[in-house]
Amino acid sequence: MRPSFELLEPALIDRVVDEALALLAGPGVKVEEPEAVRLLVGAGGTADGNRVAITQAMVQRALDTVPHAFDLYTRSGKPAVCYGSGAVHFDPGSSGVAYLDPITLEARQSMAADLARLTRVADALPAYDAVSTAIVCHDVPTEIGDLYRLFVCLANSDKPIVTGAFTPRGSGVMVDLLALDAGGRQALADKPRAVFDVCPSPPLTWSEFACRNIMDLGRAGVPAEMVSMPLAGVAAPVTLIGSIVQHAAECLAGVVLNQLAAPGAPIVWGGAPAIVDMRTGATPMGAIETAMIDGGYAAVGHRLGLPTHAYMGATDSKIVDAQAGLETGMTALVGALAGVDLISGPGMLDFLLAQSAEKLVVDAEVIGMAQRLLRGIGTPTETLATGAFAEAGPEGRFLELPETRRLFKSEQYLPSRIIDRQSRRAWLDAGGEDAFGRARGRVEEIMATHPLPEVEAGVAAAMAARVREAGAPFGLGEALPGVPEGFGRG
Amino acid sequence: MSEELFAQMRQSVIDGDAVASAALAEQALANGVPPLDAIDKGFVPGLTYVGEQFGIGELFLPDMMLSARAMQKAVAILEPVMKAEATERHVLGRVVLGTVKGDIHEIGKNLVGMMLATSGFEVHDLGVNVDPDRFVEAAQAHNADIVGVSALLTTTMAGQRTVVEKFDAAGLRPKCRVIVGGAPASSTWAAEIGADGYSEDAIGAVALVRQLVGA
Repeated sequence: MRPSFELLEPALIDRVVDEALALLAGPGVKVEEPEAVRLLVGAGGTADGNRVAITQAMVQRALDTVPHAFDLYTRSGKPAVCYGSGAVHFDPGSSGVAYLDPITLEARQSMAADLARLTRVADALPAYDAVSTAIVCHDVPTEIGDLYRLFVCLANSDKPIVTGAFTPRGSGVMVDLLALDAGGRQALADKPRAVFDVCPSPPLTWSEFACRNIMDLGRAGVPAEMVSMPLAGVAAPVTLIGSIVQHAAECLAGVVLNQLAAPGAPIVWGGAPAIVDMRTGATPMGAIETAMIDGGYAAVGHRLGLPTHAYMGATDSKIVDAQAGLETGMTALVGALAGVDLISGPGMLDFLLAQSAEKLVVDAEVIGMAQRLLRGIGTPTETLATGAFAEAGPEGRFLELPETRRLFKSEQYLPSRIIDRQSRRAWLDAGGEDAFGRARGRVEEIMATHPLPEVEAGVAAAMAARVREAGAPFGLGEALPGVPEGFGRG
Repeated sequence: MSEELFAQMRQSVIDGDAVASAALAEQALANGVPPLDAIDKGFVPGLTYVGEQFGIGELFLPDMMLSARAMQKAVAILEPVMKAEATERHVLGRVVLGTVKGDIHEIGKNLVGMMLATSGFEVHDLGVNVDPDRFVEAAQAHNADIVGVSALLTTTMAGQRTVVEKFDAAGLRPKCRVIVGGAPASSTWAAEIGADGYSEDAIGAVALVRQLVGA
C-alpha cells in the first residue's frame, strides 16, 4: 500500500468545484487578450468588456478532451516525468533572481554560469527527474532571457526541462530550440522534453501574455503547466479552503482556454500559492499552511483527472540552515503524501528569490527519504517475521542471513554523505563539517566529474546559431556564457 | 468635551471601525470642532498607535488596513471643510506610487502605500500598468517629494529605468526623488539605473522615504 493522506474529504472537493464554477459564472474571469475573449464567447461564454463568464458546460467539454496523463522525455527519448502515473517527481524550483555564493553566503545576482552549475548538479543527482530554468541570467540581454535559460539547460543536461517564456517571441524561439533538439516539430510533439509554466494573476485574471502563451503552447503541442498563486488573505480569501477554490477557478479557466485553442493538448494543474504573513506581507513558501493549500488543490486536480504540480520543498531562510532543512523537508513530505505529480522548489531560498546548488544537493536527501516513504512498508518475505526468526536461531543472528543481504538495499534508502551517520569521532576526523559544508564538497565533486551531455555537433551548432540570431539585435555577442566550451562551434 | 470626542476618534481608528470614524467626523463638524484638530488630535493618534503596535508585532496587516480605511473615511468628510477654510493638513511629504507599465502586480506597492499613509505621508497611488509619463504628470500635479516605482517581473523592471530617465528629462530631479522596489529590484539595480533609493520591504520603504525627506 502506498501511503497517502487526505486533506479534503470527497464531499468538500465537490463543494470546492461547485464554488469554483460559481466564481467562473460570476464575477467570471478577467481575460486581457482579445482572441481569448473571442474563443471563450464563441464557445458559450458571456463577455462584459474583458470580464468573461464561463459556463459549467464549457468546463465539462474541456475536461472531456484534456489528457489525464502524459510524459516528458529525456534527450534519448526515455520517459522520465510521467504526469498522472501516480509517481511523484521532483525538479529544482524556477526563476530565482539571485544565487547563494557558498563561500561568502551572499545572494548575488544570478548569472548564466550559475544556471549551468545548478543544471549539472540536478542532472547528476538521480533524485531529480527533471532540470529547470532555475534562475534568471543577468549577464545575457533581458530580451532573450527566457530562451537563453532553456539553451543553457539543453547544453548542460539530458533530463526533461521545466521552463517558461517571458514573451511570445521568446516562446517561439524556445519551441524552435526544442524541435532542433528533438529532431523536428513532430518528434517534439510525440515526445515532449519540456513543460512551460504559465501564470494566471490572482485573483481570477488571465493577463494578455498568459492567455497568448496558453493558447500558443496548446497549438504547438507543447505541454503547459499552470502556476496559479492565490495569496491567502491578500490576493485570495484568507481561508485555506477559499484559496483552494480560487486556484480551481483560475485553473479551470486556463484549461478551458487551452482546450478551446487545442483540444487534447497536455496541461498541468499546478501552482505556487502561499499564505501571507500578516506581520510583514511576506508570502512564505516554507509555511505549513502554504503546503496545505498545495496538497488541497492537488486533491481537487486528482478528482478532475488532471496531472498535478506544486511549488514545495523550498524555504524562506536566506541560507542553508536548520530552518531551510525543516521547511524543505516538511513541505516536500506533504507534497509527496498528497501525490503531487511534479514538485518544483528544491534549491530555493528566500521566497523563491534565490537558488543554491548546495541546497539542491541537501534537498536530494529529502527527496530520497520522501520517495522511500512513498514505497511504503512492503511484504517481500513469505512470513513477516517468523521465517526470519526460524532461520536466525534463538540468538537472533539476523546479520548473517542471506535474506538480510538480499533485502536491506530495498528496505532502506541509503543516503549520501550529506546525511551524517558517523560516530562523532569519525565525523570530526572527516573535518567536522555541517551538512552545508559537506554539500559544498559534493557540488565541487559533481562539477569535476559529472560528464557533460553528448549533443550531436550539428544539432548543437544549429541551436547556437538560433540563439545567436535571436540575441544579435539585443547585443548578445560571440561569447555564450553558461554553455560548455566548444558547444555549437563546428 | 472635545477631549472625549478625540478619545473616541482615536479608538474608532484603532478598532478599524470606519462607520464610527465617519460618524465622529460628522459630529466634530456639527460641534464646531476645527477639522484640523479632529484629524491631528483625534484620528492621527489612533493611526500612530496602530503603526507602533504593528512595528512591535502586536498588531497585524489586517488591523493596519482597517485602521487606515477608517482614517480615510474621516478625512474624506473633514477635508472639504478644511479646503473651504483654507487650512492645510501637515504631512511629512507627498508620495506618488505606481507599478510600471506592463506589470499588474500591486500587493507590495499597496503595502508600502498603506504604511506610508499611516506614517503621516500623503500618498497618491496610480495603480498598476502605469505609463512612465503618468508618473511625471502625477508628480507635477501633486508636487510630489517622492515617486515610488514598483515592478515584480524581471521582464518589466526595465520600466523603472525609463521612469528615472523621464524624471531627469522633465527636470524634476533632484527635488523629487525616484525610488524603486519589487522582487527583482536590488540596491545594485537602483544604483545602476540612477534611482535615489531602494528598499526590499515596506517597513524599510518608510524608513527610506523618511530619510529622503528628512523627516
